[in-house]
Amino acid sequence: MTNPLHNKHIISIADLSRDELELIVATAKQLKQSPRPDLLTNKVVASCFFEASTRTRLSFETAVQRLGGTVIGFDSGGNTSLAQKGETLADSVKVISSYTDAFFMRHPKEGAARLASEFSSVPVINGGDGANQHPTQTLLDLFSIYETQGTLEGLNVAFVGDLKYGRTVHSLAQALSLFGCKFYFVSPAALAMPDYLCEELNQAGVNFEVVDDLEAVIPKLDVLYMTRVQKERFDPTEYQHMKANYILTAKMLANAKQNLKVLHPLPRVDEITTDVDATPHAYYFEQAENGVYARQALLALVLSEEFA
Amino acid sequence: MPQHKLQVEAIAHGTVIDHIPAGMGIRILKFFQLSDQDHPITVGLNLRSKHQGKKDIIKVEDTVFDVTQANQLALFAKDATINVIDNYEVVEKYRVTLPDAIDSVLACPNSNCISNEEPVNTKFHISESASGVVLKCHYCEKSFNQRLFNELN
Ligand SMILES: [Zn+2]
Repeated sequence: MTNPLHNKHIISIADLSRDELELIVATAKQLKQSPRPDLLTNKVVASCFFEASTRTRLSFETAVQRLGGTVIGFDSGGNTSLAQKGETLADSVKVISSYTDAFFMRHPKEGAARLASEFSSVPVINGGDGANQHPTQTLLDLFSIYETQGTLEGLNVAFVGDLKYGRTVHSLAQALSLFGCKFYFVSPAALAMPDYLCEELNQAGVNFEVVDDLEAVIPKLDVLYMTRVQKERFDPTEYQHMKANYILTAKMLANAKQNLKVLHPLPRVDEITTDVDATPHAYYFEQAENGVYARQALLALVLSEEFA
Repeated sequence: MPQHKLQVEAIAHGTVIDHIPAGMGIRILKFFQLSDQDHPITVGLNLRSKHQGKKDIIKVEDTVFDVTQANQLALFAKDATINVIDNYEVVEKYRVTLPDAIDSVLACPNSNCISNEEPVNTKFHISESASGVVLKCHYCEKSFNQRLFNELN
């Protein structure tokens, strides 16, 4: 049986169906349990970072190597002769894709990955395009939820912190909205979930609530998704005052359900105090590790027809 | 008084775009680059209309739009009617309907959108929401209210 993602571009979470999302997380689980160090033997994968992103690059390149593939690429587009000679992205993609079996890319401009997919002769995987999409982050979030909860279905999920600019929050909420989850949004008013997204969730019939008090909602939750509130967005006094309400401490987790897991896309600054790390609820470091399995799953599905 | 009804000179062959909201006629000419072609064009602005108060009208001689092209006008003039004229007679008349997408006409207002610097045609997916017509860029996936494009020049 051919898997439906074979030879597909992975650009935006919205392009993926519920079945495809489930296939990816199930494949990630399978590869975590039974490694396949020979799956991509003789495959060459391009890893093109037109903008630096150390975490994403290391995670992706580890994924390729763990499957036995070979990586070519660059880690900061500004230093390449491509940029210096002023070649269009379209032309760069045409040439590089002709050398490789898949094309993983990060780019500072929104829409770059979609554009690349129109010029590439091989599948393009979006590793982040400006402020737009970062689907592999969402897939590793979904995998972490699936792994710890045993399902993606009907969970109570709180999103905390910067819900306005946080693209990881937006994509994860969109993805989980396909699975009948209930959402709690906890943020300063200035960083609330954007209207257009709330409207989208409403149209999709998603049950969500905007809440002020994080601690009060914790006992209901299966997943607590924390994000960083960037200092730059506030003046210093406002920041000090506001930040206090969106910090998670171990004490606040006293009445949490046993299965509650705390996720965070990292890097964390001080929105999760280090005493949370020792609780059974902390899962953000495993979550980062899961990025390698989620990216392996994508590579496996996109590059091998018979997989899964 | 034969000129009582005829506010703009009649054309022999071509297309009359009627019931354009007053003020949008010039924008339509500009956005769709109608005047870049060689055909004679007559434009009427602020004409009296029974239903709209005031309206604009555009007559393009020797040109017939296909339905896809004509429907792109709906973004700026949702009640516009297209009259196809042959030998001074209206041979076809229809109201435009909002298309699913609009290609190549509008630039993306997001300055960080890749479509503004690469050799590609723009494309927007169109939907209607409670707050009006929304255009979503095929590339950067940002959504814009249609009013924003009316204000741009
Ligand atoms: Zn755009």
